[in-house]
Amino acid sequence: MRKLIEGSMAVAELVKLCRPNVIAAYPITPQTHIVENLSQFVADGELKGEFLNVESEFGAASVVLGASAAGARSYSTTTSQGLLLMGEVLYNISGLRLPVVITCANRAISAPINIWNDHSDAMTVRDAGWIMLFAEDNQEAADMHPQAYKIGEDPNICLPVLINMDGFILTHAFEPVDIPDQKEVDDYLPKYKPSEFLTVKDPRTFGMLAEPQWYAETRYKLFETHEDAKQVIEKTADDFKDKFGRYYGGLIDTYRLDDAERAFVAMGSLIGTLKDVVDDLRDKGEKVGILKIRSFRPFPKEKIREVCADVKELIVTEKAFSFGLGGVLQEEIRAAFYKQKHQPTVSGFVLGLGGRDIPPATLINIYNGSKGKEITNAFVDLRPDIAPGPFSAASVKG
Amino acid sequence: MSETTKTKKIKPPITESLLTCGHRACSGCGESLGAKLVMDAAGPNNIVTTATGCLEVFSTPYPESAWRMPWIHSLFENSAAVAAGIESALKALGREDEANVIAQGGDGGTADIGIGCLSGMLERGHNILYVCYDNEAYMNTGVQRSGLTPYDARTSTSPPGTESWGNQHQKKNLLEIAAAHNIPYAATASVGYPSDLMSKVKKALKIKGPKFLMVHVPCPLGWAYKTELTIEIAKIAVMTGLFPIVEMEYNKVTRVRKVGKNRRPVEDYLKLQGRFRHVMTEAGKIELEKIRLIAQANIDKYGLE
Repeated sequence: MRKLIEGSMAVAELVKLCRPNVIAAYPITPQTHIVENLSQFVADGELKGEFLNVESEFGAASVVLGASAAGARSYSTTTSQGLLLMGEVLYNISGLRLPVVITCANRAISAPINIWNDHSDAMTVRDAGWIMLFAEDNQEAADMHPQAYKIGEDPNICLPVLINMDGFILTHAFEPVDIPDQKEVDDYLPKYKPSEFLTVKDPRTFGMLAEPQWYAETRYKLFETHEDAKQVIEKTADDFKDKFGRYYGGLIDTYRLDDAERAFVAMGSLIGTLKDVVDDLRDKGEKVGILKIRSFRPFPKEKIREVCADVKELIVTEKAFSFGLGGVLQEEIRAAFYKQKHQPTVSGFVLGLGGRDIPPATLINIYNGSKGKEITNAFVDLRPDIAPGPFSAASVKG
Repeated sequence: MSETTKTKKIKPPITESLLTCGHRACSGCGESLGAKLVMDAAGPNNIVTTATGCLEVFSTPYPESAWRMPWIHSLFENSAAVAAGIESALKALGREDEANVIAQGGDGGTADIGIGCLSGMLERGHNILYVCYDNEAYMNTGVQRSGLTPYDARTSTSPPGTESWGNQHQKKNLLEIAAAHNIPYAATASVGYPSDLMSKVKKALKIKGPKFLMVHVPCPLGWAYKTELTIEIAKIAVMTGLFPIVEMEYNKVTRVRKVGKNRRPVEDYLKLQGRFRHVMTEAGKIELEKIRLIAQANIDKYGLE
């Protein structure tokens, strides 16, 4: 059924349809509406499961870890500081190979405290062993939940999935969203039946000490599974398309990329703005398209190379960076083409930090300003007295 | 092996304990004994979580496990929260009758780094027995001070010196912190009194809701005493009043182990342990008096006389 609802409600509806057995969460803006809606579903008996108000995000992640190890489908959601507080547990969940799903309503990191959107939080856990998906709009964010469980619970994968959706921009935006029937979701996502879980009927030891002669192999298996997950992510998206008629890409998606000479590269809701910009530029005769990174981990370098085979210039626009290095996505995209026959020029722009608006004019300025150049770590739309340059705020307004 | 040295193969004794023999604990380890008594009292129908620490390390070096029941270790500070997740899963999956849930941790993992998760678990009313094995310091990392290290004890991070008598803080009253959550059962026990410990485990597991049990478990390595003295030291700790044996229900003391005429002077306890050697000197007399006052305060508070 198509409803005009808030992004957080759309996510809560789809989480409910996944029939999670245990939900644990701690409130943090802008994730709150998701958990508020879920707690109401449980209070109204619409969602049969345990909903735990816990003492911290660290506790929330630990509760869903325990629940998953005991054989329950489990769910949590957080953002920013909460994700950082979960950090230690996140690594533990992937190491234990538990298919937990957590939604991250992406938000900037303190200090200074800022509750608005960027991707700094997600970037801090990029090496935590989780599959990391980024949603473009509310329909995709909602639909990602059954997909995430299906990917993570695949017996050949057994990995947790972090669903990233931009805080406020998506979580608090009202959009028409198709909410499927319970039966459709049940058909797509069967009950979680792990081969190993905590039960007295088959006592097993979980979370053992791995000494140097064993530890490296556990890491290797995790690495190997991320490679295997690439195919599963693609297939899961294809199956979803067959069942529900909606498709947002598998590992990546493209927009007007077929004959493009230049392409924007981005993750999350920025894709929506970029589509309008690309349409305008196309109208003016520019051969430009978009590469959307849907799966950040595993990082789909093969797929990126494949779809960018004829693209001459890539313009990476990202809402995070690594201090002392620069744009994370910028560097990973560059690395994807290292020593390849076709090596497009890759420029990198950091923008939208802490919820700074990204108007189309900014993206057009980036597009024009980087033509025929290789630009690295350009911070966009900063106050010109602090960071003057061709991409400062004044240059856009001027 | 030559013919002459060949001996008749002796079958190792079969242990029926749920924390089976062959693990890597030190000889004289109070914690391994405590955990074995707790498991055997609890029986096989339990799912067990354990915090990072000696107990986890010595019992589960991959691919060997000493646990003959479903068992999980996640992190240092989340044993209570992981147990809460397991208990919630059993409820949600209609498997409540399958097993009880027991969470375990050391003094550091419970009273210090894990106290947030413990408080959350107790406050939410989960049907879980939390067992804290109190050996009064971070033993697994090399005997560093915890919030349950007793006054004046030498640890590797509270060494006595010209400016210090060792740990200058008293033990956190973890029993009462737990009891203050108004839980149905909170108690202390000691490996020095195994039948009392086991009956408390059995009693706790019959009660629905959150239960907390703190078990005093001497550590020969960390406390610097001869390995054969574990039980004796555990008993003397109780008889001096330094480790009171108390039961609380809904935040009220319901039963205590009286010291009575068996009361022992604190010196009897301190002199057996290297961690208090600096106190048992001429210069340490004032400190000794302070420890006497701590014991007396416990005896007065819980009516142990």
